[in-house]
Amino acid sequence: MDSLIDDSRPIFVQIAERIEDDIIKGGLLEESQVPSTNQFASFYRINPATAAKGVNLLVDQGILYKKRGIGMFVAKGAHAKLMEKRKEQFFAQYVVKMIQEAEKLGITSEELTDMIKRGVKTK
Amino acid sequence: MSHAVEVHRLTKSYGDVTAVHDVSFSIEANKIYGLLGRNGAGKTTLMKIITAQIFATYGEVKVFGEVPYENSHALSQICFIKESQKYPENFRIMDVLDVAASIFPNWDMEYAYTLIEDFELPLKRRMEKLSRGMLSSVGIIIGLASRAPLTIFDEPYLGLDAVARSLFYDRLIEDYGEHPRTIILSTHLIDEVSRFLEHVIVIDNGKILINEDNDVLRERAITVTGQTTKVESFTAGKDVIDRTPLGGFLSAHVMGELSTEDRKQSEELGLELTPVSLQQLIVHLTSAKTHKKEEEVQ
Repeated sequence: MDSLIDDSRPIFVQIAERIEDDIIKGGLLEESQVPSTNQFASFYRINPATAAKGVNLLVDQGILYKKRGIGMFVAKGAHAKLMEKRKEQFFAQYVVKMIQEAEKLGITSEELTDMIKRGVKTK
Repeated sequence: MSHAVEVHRLTKSYGDVTAVHDVSFSIEANKIYGLLGRNGAGKTTLMKIITAQIFATYGEVKVFGEVPYENSHALSQICFIKESQKYPENFRIMDVLDVAASIFPNWDMEYAYTLIEDFELPLKRRMEKLSRGMLSSVGIIIGLASRAPLTIFDEPYLGLDAVARSLFYDRLIEDYGEHPRTIILSTHLIDEVSRFLEHVIVIDNGKILINEDNDVLRERAITVTGQTTKVESFTAGKDVIDRTPLGGFLSAHVMGELSTEDRKQSEELGLELTPVSLQQLIVHLTSAKTHKKEEEVQ
């Protein structure tokens, strides 16, 4: 399972992102139970404390919530919340970078729009 | 937070040689610690003193608040799996397990037998007939099934292949999750264990070089790669622990966290930032020190 986690960023952040991905893709539905920190630890071969840190990151953001004595669950509205967050990230990571690169190459905004349309068509 | 081990101003000398020099640290209960360092750094000496197998020259050690020497209560809390552990030659594996069951209060025989199957060990074979790898597996099984509140593995895997090591890590993480306890793992295979160590202690020349949470340690150093002149200007005034030139390019390891400003500057300069792995960090820190000492001698 090593390939799922890399050393480029803190492990607990990557665990949080894996859970987010599962919620976005529909693998983890709202109000369904999330694997325990021990299960995450065994699966990714990491320390349970690190897994707990990742899970708690999502609890703080209201994506997961704790049912006493049972475990962690996906909160209502988590999917929509994450989609919104990912769209923001998409803008910062891809759109802003693309525009910067386009400026470097002297691509006008019309040319850029055409390119995007062409890209969508050939997809 | 309660402490499993407290070591205060510990020194161990063998004649003129000081193996451990004025070392103080504590180990928090129910965490997985890595005790790392080069050969001869003093790791095994330290573990032998903590487990009351040898005496310290100066200083004191407490295990769960008690002095461990000739203290059967404290010693029953400790399981120490040594590198190349010796067993009575005519004992069968099952006899060794029976002895272990009588020593460790938390021993789980059912779990031990499950592990015997996992590691594919012949229960009835005598210890003298086992291969080196099988002997190591027996040690690992005792360490795990003892469920001792303080379990210490000192290079437990001489002769173990990658599959068996992998099995050891999986079982360790699983069982630790279900039965949290203090685990000290001493190994040279840092890359294999770095993700599940919660805290790291590095010993070099009998002294503590690093004593830090693994998460914090991961941010301690970074590799900067790019055009030589740009890397030089970026790293000016920073603590560079290693540099590797390649043609017009330079790769430098820098200690210390980078500020947001630094990251912005590196992006403008087109530099690539990658984290330094725990293994790389320790290699640099422990070898750089040796070089410095050699210079001092000359």
